[in-house]
Amino acid sequence: MNQMRRTFLKGTGAAGTVAVAIAAGLLKPGQVLAAEWNKAAFGAKNMADAMANLNIAGAAESKDILIKVPDIAENGVVVPVEVTSKVPGTTSIMIFVEKNASPLVAEFELSNGAEAYISTRIKMASTSHVRVAVKAGGKAYTASKEVKVTLGGCGG
Amino acid sequence: MADGMKMRTTLQGDTADVKVLMNHIMETGTRKDAKTGKLIPAHFINHVVATLNGKTVLEAQWGPAVSKNPFLGFRIKGAKAGDKLVVNAEDNMGEKLSGESTI
Repeated sequence: MNQMRRTFLKGTGAAGTVAVAIAAGLLKPGQVLAAEWNKAAFGAKNMADAMANLNIAGAAESKDILIKVPDIAENGVVVPVEVTSKVPGTTSIMIFVEKNASPLVAEFELSNGAEAYISTRIKMASTSHVRVAVKAGGKAYTASKEVKVTLGGCGG
Repeated sequence: MADGMKMRTTLQGDTADVKVLMNHIMETGTRKDAKTGKLIPAHFINHVVATLNGKTVLEAQWGPAVSKNPFLGFRIKGAKAGDKLVVNAEDNMGEKLSGESTI
């Protein structure tokens, strides 16, 4: 009986924090200015906070985002990532590593003919899903792919 | 590190394929100096802007999890031979890198 009450309280507590985080993310006017580095999102310690600070909480899973990553990366210091979004009207691409201390790796805003394609190299602390989110027409979409890392590339 | 950028552009039809290689340490701020045991301060590129003939085509914000000596590849539709592409980057300590290339 007591046990159940405890789990219930824990559950509502956690849900409350997420709601507050989302509200805080939505209320930040500074994010409209693309020129300002999004410290809140880059500093976020988990996926939910990072996504909330980018205003993409609740992004829909999409098969139109193609992620090209190695299945196994021997060295987490340099993991090549290639992203192509087939979602029409993609205006921005964000790359996350779910298990990094700070999941958000980079954010790209596309304009004036830049195609929905980005290729770069990222650091991964451990085996994790690489998640990509895109914004298109005011909506957010996301997809992910797992990369097994033999040797971590953060800290150490 | 002001000259630390290499760029290559190739035109395929009306799409320019751009590859940029920057020379930067990309220090995360979580590593410790083996001798002193103190944290090495974070030092990474956090802003990148690419313009084609003065018009912004790509604006990026980066965190320290982008690899050392960052590589960036992107494509611009509607680019023509002779167009001028400029890439500017700035790190969290205010140091600037830039490179330009003619397609």
